[in-house]
Amino acid sequence: MSEADWSAPLPLAARPHAWPWLRARLSAFRAAPQLLSLLFLLLLVAASLAPTLFTAEDPYAVQPLQRLRPPSTAHPFGTDEMGRDLWARIIYGARITLASSLSLIALAVVTGGIVGLVAGSASRRVDELIMRTTDLFLSFPRLILALAVAAALGRGMTNAVLAFAVLWWAQYARVMRSQVLVVREREFVTAAQALGCRRLRLIFRHLLPNCVTPVLVRATLDLGLAILLLSSLSFLGLGVQPPTPDWGAMVAVGRRYLLGYWWYPTFPGLAIFATVLAFNLVGERIKDLLDPRQGLSA
Amino acid sequence: MKLAAYLARRLGSLVLVLLGMSVIVFLLLRSLPGDPAVMAAGGADATAEAIAKVREEMGLDEPLVVQYTLFVRNLLRGDLGRSIVTRREVLEDLKAFLPATVELAVASVFLACLVGIPMGVLSAVYRGRWLDALFKPLSVFAASMPVYWLGLMAILMFYGLLGWLPAGGRLSAGNVMPVQVTGLFTVDALLTGRPDLLWDALRHLALPAVVLSGISLGNIANLTRATMLEALAEPFIVTARSKGLPEAAVVMRHAFRNITMPVVTVVGLQLGQLMGGVVLTETIFSWPGLGLYAVSALDNFDYPILMVFTLVYSALYAGINILVDLLCALLNPQLSV
Repeated sequence: MSEADWSAPLPLAARPHAWPWLRARLSAFRAAPQLLSLLFLLLLVAASLAPTLFTAEDPYAVQPLQRLRPPSTAHPFGTDEMGRDLWARIIYGARITLASSLSLIALAVVTGGIVGLVAGSASRRVDELIMRTTDLFLSFPRLILALAVAAALGRGMTNAVLAFAVLWWAQYARVMRSQVLVVREREFVTAAQALGCRRLRLIFRHLLPNCVTPVLVRATLDLGLAILLLSSLSFLGLGVQPPTPDWGAMVAVGRRYLLGYWWYPTFPGLAIFATVLAFNLVGERIKDLLDPRQGLSA
Repeated sequence: MKLAAYLARRLGSLVLVLLGMSVIVFLLLRSLPGDPAVMAAGGADATAEAIAKVREEMGLDEPLVVQYTLFVRNLLRGDLGRSIVTRREVLEDLKAFLPATVELAVASVFLACLVGIPMGVLSAVYRGRWLDALFKPLSVFAASMPVYWLGLMAILMFYGLLGWLPAGGRLSAGNVMPVQVTGLFTVDALLTGRPDLLWDALRHLALPAVVLSGISLGNIANLTRATMLEALAEPFIVTARSKGLPEAAVVMRHAFRNITMPVVTVVGLQLGQLMGGVVLTETIFSWPGLGLYAVSALDNFDYPILMVFTLVYSALYAGINILVDLLCALLNPQLSV
């Protein structure tokens, strides 16, 4: 809110701030959540690449004498019903979480991107047909259809990813198509056509590189949601199967021990929450950086 | 009539969407692992003749296209098939489980509006102040929370630790709803004049509804805030202010009234968005609704139930979305689609 801005009416609350000194001090920390999130995600990537850096315990080692121990120095997050160290299992779960969500988004971006590219550069009738089909896929509730697909395909991480990918591509197809429709009217496309550029070359060398950014931004924003939904499927028993250390599956089993052994479902769930939060915060930041229109509300 | 044509077109597209859905769902669930005929005939012990007989009865030996037309014809007749495991009519089960889901979904959207809309309005009015500064982190938190984990934490806190609220179910053990008029226990208790049952039903509804409302709260508040900011920047707000209207009147009568439509839209859409969360919340709180029903069918590979559940849920979802569109068309005479 600059002082010279006479055209905009002063809203009720736009009076000068009460504590300019405090505000100035606080504003130095405004990017702190994003920075912390970035740091957290970097640690998460490190944990998924080299889990042994973070724990010396074996996430599969059954220790009957150590069943359901509360958090302690030896087991910072306690142990589960087979005496396995929960901290180790959460650390090893990072790889599964990141791998499954990234492959889901990648699969959806590639599929949706191609569909959108085809729809945007095809004739109107083909475009119409493709987009009606896309609308059909967009009109399913995601988790519900994924439940049905995952049940049909069988349990497991790959199938869970496929179950969501069945619907997930559709939104990227829309973004891609609308972008293609805009870009193909630009002069350089006409120029390329005038120079006798072949159709496929036009699509892949001229249209695609200029259309891909909005799709990727959208995909970054969706990573958190992908983790959330994939873990929900695991929680319902259709995703990653035990004994593989998956966060959602750990919450599902830990649920039975909730009242006596609070740490068991609490920490894996906290890991999901923290990861999704970090992805959402970083994603928002990326969106704000790339979309100047959003600057106002920040 | 523009509206009539619009209505016809939307309904036409709804029919197309439903047809497409039925094809997808049919193909998906026909490819479920495990032969339904074997399961229906009594599992692994069934004789070959028994299996063949069941297969013929269920039409499973026909080509897929025939099976699909049979499936659609039965659907249209209201015959949704029987559960493979319990042999109960799926339609009867749906009738029994649907009210609980409706009660939960409506209660949580209501809660989300009750908190989310004032939150969004205040945050826009006090833009840049501490209230607004609090707003963004809260909405990101809400969007990042796994709803099933939030449910578990709520049970741990309010049932395990404090003992204030029950952990699951719709009524305490021993309490029975005498007559079920609507199937919504809170409404039924009111209708039959049983304040004790109403209190019990509300106590059971409280945790799941609050947990589930977390999903939509952030979205509703976000949209209210964004549209409210836009409305407050309109020229007619300047006019209203320069007329000397009190600020409260400017905000409520001039700005807020202009954002009702987008807010109605997002509230309606939330009802659809909620459906995935309903399944998880019902599982956590043993809330005997459609979600819990479907999850238990999942464990048994009870494919007629899953098929109907997916279809009914998708149809509800599509129906709600179209209803929202229509409501907007009705609310806004300018809208010519």
